[in-house]
Amino acid sequence: MEDNKLNIKLTNDPLNLSECYRFVVEPSCGGINAFVGTVRQWNKGEEITHLDFESYEPMAIAELEKIAKKAKDQFNTQKICIHHRLGKVAITEIAVIITVSCKHRKAAFQACEFIIDQLKKDVPIWKKEFLSNGSYWVNARP
Amino acid sequence: MTVLCFGIARDIVGQSKLTIDREGINSVEGLRHFLIETFPKFKEYTSFRIAVNQAFASEKDEVTNSDEIAIIPPVSGG
Repeated sequence: MEDNKLNIKLTNDPLNLSECYRFVVEPSCGGINAFVGTVRQWNKGEEITHLDFESYEPMAIAELEKIAKKAKDQFNTQKICIHHRLGKVAITEIAVIITVSCKHRKAAFQACEFIIDQLKKDVPIWKKEFLSNGSYWVNARP
Repeated sequence: MTVLCFGIARDIVGQSKLTIDREGINSVEGLRHFLIETFPKFKEYTSFRIAVNQAFASEKDEVTNSDEIAIIPPVSGG
């Protein structure tokens, strides 16, 4: 995908929804969909104090590019922006933002859902949950 | 051969870059067996995929010393 149609960022800094929104604004589009993933306080009955994300950065970016290309082919998206936070992230803070613009709303909804689902499946980013009495890597338990 | 370790794989291996000095590991499958034998905790704690040159590899793929190899435990981004 051309650089001006796709914006991918992994960062230790807080994410900015209006930045992701502005990137996908496009005169030919009538639908912009945004997904914002935030850090929740409770998981399976246990209280979380914060999360810590790490990634295999070059591969994470390569996988995100593949996912974006598939979304474009499948849903005819115009622009896609995917920002993911790394490092320590507090409760209620944003972990991930995905924005997508399409000519019509339905494709925008579908593309956004497709991207977050694929991200959770294949992008090498790992989340460690910290509780008051310890910490563990999410999904690593057999 | 250098293998990058992330997440729980780094905790199991005890380092983020594992150097393997051993003849005869030339496929993803061979590397997987070596890792599970050397670090039995993999069996107990997690499954993992192996990436070669920043892409997921299949078991029959070749690995050489010049490849960038990484252990990819179950991901949990988003």
